[in-house]
Amino acid sequence: MRLTFNVNGRQQEADDVWEGESLLYVLRERLGLPGSKNACEQGECGSCTVRLDGVPVCSCLVAAGQAQDRDIVTVEGLADQAKKRAAAGCAGGACGTTLDEAKQWESKPADGQSGEASTSPLTLSPIQQAFIDAGAVQCGFCTPGLLVAADELLERNDSPSDADIREALSGNLCRCTGYEKILDAVRLAAARAGAETAGTGA
Amino acid sequence: MGVTRTPTNITQGSQTKGGIGESTLRPDGTLKVTGEFAYSSDLWHEDMLWGFTLRSPHPHARIKSIDTSEALAQAGVYAVLTHDDLPTEHTKYGLEYTDTPVLADGVVRHHGEPVALVAADHPETARRAAAKIKVDYEPLPVVHDEASALADDAPILHPGRDDHHAGQVPHPNIVHRQPIIRGNAEEAAQRADVIVSGEYEVGMQDQAFLGPESGLAVPGEDGGVDLYVATQWLHSDLRQIAPVLGLPEEKVRMTLSGVGGAFGGREDLSMQIHACLLALRTGKPVKIVYNRFESFFGHVHRHPAKLWYEHGATKDGKITHMKCRIVLDGGAYASASPAVVGNASSLSVGPYVIDDVEIEAVALYTNNPPCGAMRGFGAVQACFAYESQMDKLAEKLGMDPVEFRQKNAMSQGTIMPTGQVVDSPAPVAELLRRVKAMPLPPEKQWEAAGDAADVRALPGGLSNTTHGEGVVRGIGYAVGIKNVGFSEGFDDYSTARVQLQVINGEPVATVHTAMAEVGQGGVTVHAQIARTELGVTQVVIHPADTQVGSAGSTSASRQTYMTGGAVKNTCEAVREKVLEIGRRKFGTYHPAWATAELLLESGKVVTDGGEPLADLVDVLEGETVDIELEWRHRPTEAFDLVTGQGFGHVQYSFAAHRAVVEVDTELGLVKVIELACAQDVGKALNPLSVKGQIQGGTTQGLGLAVMEEIIVSKDSKVRNPSFTDYLIPTILDTPTIPVDVLELADEHAPYGLRGIGEAPTLSSTPAVVSAIRAATGLALNRVPVRPEHITGT
Repeated sequence: MRLTFNVNGRQQEADDVWEGESLLYVLRERLGLPGSKNACEQGECGSCTVRLDGVPVCSCLVAAGQAQDRDIVTVEGLADQAKKRAAAGCAGGACGTTLDEAKQWESKPADGQSGEASTSPLTLSPIQQAFIDAGAVQCGFCTPGLLVAADELLERNDSPSDADIREALSGNLCRCTGYEKILDAVRLAAARAGAETAGTGA
Repeated sequence: MGVTRTPTNITQGSQTKGGIGESTLRPDGTLKVTGEFAYSSDLWHEDMLWGFTLRSPHPHARIKSIDTSEALAQAGVYAVLTHDDLPTEHTKYGLEYTDTPVLADGVVRHHGEPVALVAADHPETARRAAAKIKVDYEPLPVVHDEASALADDAPILHPGRDDHHAGQVPHPNIVHRQPIIRGNAEEAAQRADVIVSGEYEVGMQDQAFLGPESGLAVPGEDGGVDLYVATQWLHSDLRQIAPVLGLPEEKVRMTLSGVGGAFGGREDLSMQIHACLLALRTGKPVKIVYNRFESFFGHVHRHPAKLWYEHGATKDGKITHMKCRIVLDGGAYASASPAVVGNASSLSVGPYVIDDVEIEAVALYTNNPPCGAMRGFGAVQACFAYESQMDKLAEKLGMDPVEFRQKNAMSQGTIMPTGQVVDSPAPVAELLRRVKAMPLPPEKQWEAAGDAADVRALPGGLSNTTHGEGVVRGIGYAVGIKNVGFSEGFDDYSTARVQLQVINGEPVATVHTAMAEVGQGGVTVHAQIARTELGVTQVVIHPADTQVGSAGSTSASRQTYMTGGAVKNTCEAVREKVLEIGRRKFGTYHPAWATAELLLESGKVVTDGGEPLADLVDVLEGETVDIELEWRHRPTEAFDLVTGQGFGHVQYSFAAHRAVVEVDTELGLVKVIELACAQDVGKALNPLSVKGQIQGGTTQGLGLAVMEEIIVSKDSKVRNPSFTDYLIPTILDTPTIPVDVLELADEHAPYGLRGIGEAPTLSSTPAVVSAIRAATGLALNRVPVRPEHITGT
């Protein structure tokens, strides 16, 4: 079947989609958006969390056909100037991370002292920046799903309590961090947003 | 909690910004938060096929026949392989014993053993084709525990063993046995005023790394193969892969892809050889990605264990002796079992002074899932048992459990049961003091907070099962000891290549190692070390591959010590070379070039007094310094096979925990309120990452205490291979984890650092169980503790 939907603000088409494919599979293997992760494919770990018409869902449990004509936001769409993944040559066809791209996390000489790596000047969303600054990323496999879930939390609650954060992120498993730095990151993002609002007198 | 700094005599290098001791940020952080970081499961190649593995539904069976014709006839299927298709006579692999078939050879020995492989143009096509492979099995009797393994009529699971322990094991179904005898436990027992004994059991824990086994094999034009994979040790994989493929190692080019956690579960091979076989057979790139169900069958687990312990003590609280016997279930194949036996036995006494001991540890071959490396590696099981014993002894003596432990705590100079003198700081009593001194969380928040009480903080949480009625608080303590680095005489080394050159008018260091970055932050630390040693700002971390010498395994808490040590060592050689060039070019301009101790700091050559002599850019003009060196820790010795004596371990690592739990005694639900940790790290190269390791390790210990177990039935079948049924801690299950970091330098180690990754996983489990015992008064000799163990229903 042909699938037409909106991903990260861009109209997308995927052809020859088998009816049994999940939204996660189509994003990862057909649209070249492997940021959403395939950690359990059982709807238990939250690593594949995306927003479907604004609602956080496990994309591994959403049949691709259900996304027809709907709006999807993935981790790739979180940043204002996210890299345009679905560039020419990828839309509609199979496209993933090429081997050359796989090597791109090598830090570059222009990275600055922190060693932060990026191939293009990126503006990170506040929650993305907070995850880096707070040490909330270790292996990083849970990170995309957590970011989408945390972003959604902060959208509807700009000063969440710890209990609120824990409740909102309870569907996202992390095996590396013990969650302490993830809590730190969400608190940090909320606090920075609060400081900004206070600063502008808004 | 602040980081406690202690003065040391260890050289700390230059004061360059972004160097060691700072919490610099991960070089891969940005890519990981944007979704661009390429994990092994994200790789894609034009014309790529998908591989799938058919696995045995039986724990022990003879394969009478395999018919692949119908599977091969499916549209989109490119290859189906069985044992008969293997290209060479090397059809087995293994970490220590070469006993694991690449594909089952006429017999399967555990539920989930790989039997056949399929390559197809869509993962679902491959899965469906695999279902059409007809395997005719004849089930065989199952070995599932010590009694059935050693029974007179027990099936011998690996007849004709030729491994290096085959000659000395008491039974062919015993993988390895290690006794340790020191002093005279029988005699010492006569001096005891109290004796306590116990039988303890530890369930089978899974690493549950989030990124499932995956990789991409690309056939090369030279007949070789390029393999992109998530692993813990590239060169160990290579050594096992190449012979099976019939290729020289240089034709199997391995590159580390993004690794979604490891915790020991990637020490053994999983899909590596399978993907290469399919790629070489079809001439096309082949990707294999396990789903979670398959991942539970695709890697080894933590050994389940039964442990018998006896301790005695005098009435003034000194331990007289210890006897123990530890039986580890190794499952169908050896994996890392021999080394796990070495650890379990040599660390079975815990961080205590006990002169008279009788210790025996064995690992069994059974038809259960193979077990091997997981964070803590044999020391976790022992720690649960000896710490449970410490609580029992203290109670019997009427002593405070922390004071009792402190009274018997080891320190620098203590002799281990192996005869090894502990020759660096061992602040066991101090760690207990620190963890006990932390403020306690407020009690009965549901009463104090009134209407503001948050049900989410209670046992049962959002299920709203209690508003405080039937909830009892308990507090428990534990402390543990873990070795760091590979032990027992293993030639443990790492290799680092460092280049220094001027790029765009700036000095840039490139660090190239084969270290597997699995999330721990080794890449962060390597850049910090290069900055400290070479005085540069810009450091490029080259992707890890087999084009550079081995870095050893990302396990045994060893990589900051070993590959960090290798990077430091190579940087020192690069620095010498730079200074040599500087002396040649500029030596005549200033006498200090000849007379002073020189450093590279903030882009300059400076004297140890801080006087700048030249810019690095000028020294390096027209030059590239490029050096690759191996680096070793001090040698260790094998344990004597009769007495267990020997200088077996490189370094020891210590952590202590205090657990505060609240238990709904009516429903058996446990809420861990706080899990505080104090750990000696020697030197925190990156304090933020150190705390992340401690908190992550602590949480895995919490999982073993109250949640995590792979249930294996009496007929050796795995019952819960999913995250629906195998539960790891969520953010709701995990408490606040305050951390107190102590830094007492080990003079044998680079910068005085201590390997830290595993120690916090040890004491976390017994601390939580001790707290549940304190709340309930129950004995609780088995982990994980489940609600029915508390309610007795």
